[in-house]
Amino acid sequence: MKSSPGLHLKTFILIVLLVIFSPLGNVLLSKGMKNVGAVSMSAPGELISVFMQVFTSGFIWLGIGCLLLFFVAYLLVLSWADYSYVQPASSISYGVVAVLGHFFLHEQVTPTRWAGILVICLGVFVVGHTPPRTTEHN
Amino acid sequence: MAREIPFLLLIVLSGTSGELCVARAMKSIGEVTDFRPASLIRVIFRAMRVGWMWMGITLMAIAFFALLGALSIENVTFVVPVTALSYAAGALGGKIFLGEGVSRRRWFGVLLVCVGVTLVFIGQK
Repeated sequence: MKSSPGLHLKTFILIVLLVIFSPLGNVLLSKGMKNVGAVSMSAPGELISVFMQVFTSGFIWLGIGCLLLFFVAYLLVLSWADYSYVQPASSISYGVVAVLGHFFLHEQVTPTRWAGILVICLGVFVVGHTPPRTTEHN
Repeated sequence: MAREIPFLLLIVLSGTSGELCVARAMKSIGEVTDFRPASLIRVIFRAMRVGWMWMGITLMAIAFFALLGALSIENVTFVVPVTALSYAAGALGGKIFLGEGVSRRRWFGVLLVCVGVTLVFIGQK
């Protein structure tokens, strides 16, 4: 079996879950990290206090929870569909994260950046319309 | 702006390599057809016995901390779209590492994504 309606429906449902949980998780992490403040790679001594702040933040834990749900759905879909199909198809979430960031975190998004996000989604659309499996399983 | 570049590079490279390792591990397990919780737990335990899965989880954990670092400096509406660069890395890796077929159409989509990421970069205030 290379491809079937059932396989497509199953793939579609899991991709919808990916598109919900991933952006939500990222927006929650962003909210948490805004409270922690800028982390620098050149100041490793500060990392312990940063870790403490990060892992006592409710937003970070909520974000991690959403990303874990995303990860489970991702693992399941990867057991039958190609990685180079799933990754682009699920990545409509790049558009969703921009919308969530704009409305919930009140981030300023310039018209050029919106255009960029739109082009990314268009690229995703093009890539998403290819068969979910190109290799045969043993 | 330069401060977040190392974090962004780590997210794309480590994240994509991690996902490829996880994909390879899941492919070795075979298609999941039973979605009852007990069966899913068995799938997870089976996945945990595959070396590629641990390699993937380690790389994805590194990417996660890099994501936290980037989000502490820049907005999520910038960081997440820029990480779409992993499309290019993913399509290339899927082809080389997993032997997946990548059509011209997919490559065109990847190209569009790269153009979009460039616009997001240019649109940074």
